[in-house]
Amino acid sequence: MKRQRWPLLSVLAFGYAFLYVPILLLILYSFNESRLVTVWSGFSTKWYGELFRNTQLLDAAWLSVRIAATNATFAVVLGTLAANAMVRHRHFRGRTGFELLITAPLVMPDVIIGLSLLLLFVAMQQGIGWPDGRGFTTITIAHITFSMAYVAVIVRARLLQLDRSLEEAAMDLGARPLTVYLRITLPLIAPALLAGWLLAFTLSLDDLVIASFVAGPGSTTLPMVIYSSVRLGVSPQINALATIIVAIVTLAVLIAALALRGERARR
Amino acid sequence: MSRSMQDQARSDRRLSRLINIGLPYVWLGLFFLLPFVIVLHISLAESTLAQPPYTALWHWLDRGLLQIEINLGNFLLVFEDDLYAWALWHSLQVAFVSTVLCLLLGYPMAYAIATSASRWRLILLMLIILPFWTSFLIRVYAWIGILQTNGLLNDLLLWLGLIETPLSILHTPTAVYIGVVYSYLPFMILPLYANLTRLDPILLEAAADLGCRPLRAFFRITVPLSLPGILAGSMLVFIPVVGEFVIPDLLGGPESLMLGKLLWTEFFSNTDWPLASALAIVLLGILVVPFVMMQRLQQRLEENRP
Repeated sequence: MKRQRWPLLSVLAFGYAFLYVPILLLILYSFNESRLVTVWSGFSTKWYGELFRNTQLLDAAWLSVRIAATNATFAVVLGTLAANAMVRHRHFRGRTGFELLITAPLVMPDVIIGLSLLLLFVAMQQGIGWPDGRGFTTITIAHITFSMAYVAVIVRARLLQLDRSLEEAAMDLGARPLTVYLRITLPLIAPALLAGWLLAFTLSLDDLVIASFVAGPGSTTLPMVIYSSVRLGVSPQINALATIIVAIVTLAVLIAALALRGERARR
Repeated sequence: MSRSMQDQARSDRRLSRLINIGLPYVWLGLFFLLPFVIVLHISLAESTLAQPPYTALWHWLDRGLLQIEINLGNFLLVFEDDLYAWALWHSLQVAFVSTVLCLLLGYPMAYAIATSASRWRLILLMLIILPFWTSFLIRVYAWIGILQTNGLLNDLLLWLGLIETPLSILHTPTAVYIGVVYSYLPFMILPLYANLTRLDPILLEAAADLGCRPLRAFFRITVPLSLPGILAGSMLVFIPVVGEFVIPDLLGGPESLMLGKLLWTEFFSNTDWPLASALAIVLLGILVVPFVMMQRLQQRLEENRP
């Protein structure tokens, strides 16, 4: 058996190279002196300097971070409720419809979600006068709608493998369900909530298509700035920005992984 | 338990049910389901130069007369015009070929991870998930610098002496395939991995004891048993790729016209909201079948869970 593993391992190595070489090249060329992204002419950090002087980009980044944080917080609440519904109330009328609604945003093409929400917001503004104009609120609502599905998947997996005996013990001692949920269940699923929050945050920070549909004039998010710059060709500033994003995301994933792992070790 | 405590427990449970099921249901009904009704509604309208740029479907005339105008022209255009028919066909083709490519690369990877030593497994899996968290837009952007005519791949191939003149890959269907496989590979690997780790190794041992060669055992036992994982991964790739916008827009050329990009153009460049809505409805109609298949599969997998 051992002898035959090398073809498999070479495919694995090729796969990881395929996944990581583009990102590594992106990072490498962010430190390139030359404006030509593909010609190496010496080490420099000047693009980072330019990046931090680009106020249009910084404003967009700040807006994106605010949207992402608001989105993640709401998505964790709604996603956790949905996970509770699916795991703790196994049988209810309309369960199949509920599951369809929760799973659909995971695979639904962005252009459909973006277009349909924009048309809803326009119709609502005509009908009831809210939301008044489009921007922070509409983008956040759109992001919550698809992020909560991802949170529900993560929290649901955690709830399914949860040992119920602690909750049952608390119930037997007369604790009310809400108390049991807040004092016992929530701390036990906290790592999943953190992972869900971080995932919702990065999904929101990353979204171009949906935000482009539901944004109004004056609410340009970071991916929209990146997109309009990238359409004109490669730019070392975008490489520098990409490097910063990769660094932040790697940190976030490490925190989430350590949280989930520490939890696993404690049990 | 006394009667009042029972009542208390019952009302607690009813409240919990109301909040846990009700709130997500209301949110998704309002912001996910209702919008589709509006899209369908507007796809039947006509495009005009107004704010918002579509006609109303009904007008109240005098004396209780209701006039309804339904325009099927947008749908006829989508199915009869060569451009749209081509985009429709090409989207399905790209999604199908990419799914097969993801499977060909993803299956051996998932298998290698699932059969590796357990101390390696978590790290290898993390390395699959990590790119999925990194910005999608930026990962697609990375390929522009690699694939362009004076890009890194051509530099490498020229330097190795494998080619004499640079290849033009960027803005061709090949670049779209590379971008799609690159972006969606984790979606294929994760369900496959989950499926493969649950396979009982005893089956393979039994086959080996009975004199079955490993390769034959792999194709007769492992592959059929991992069919649910293959299907789940394939749907997770196929469905979103049919409507993909960013990859064909940044890496593809004029001939890589896909539905998602067409919808974007109709909406943003031509401001034809009704036509864009009709395209969304057609896209939705195509995706309903694979989506329901995926849902059924998921439910079956859950029922079989030990």
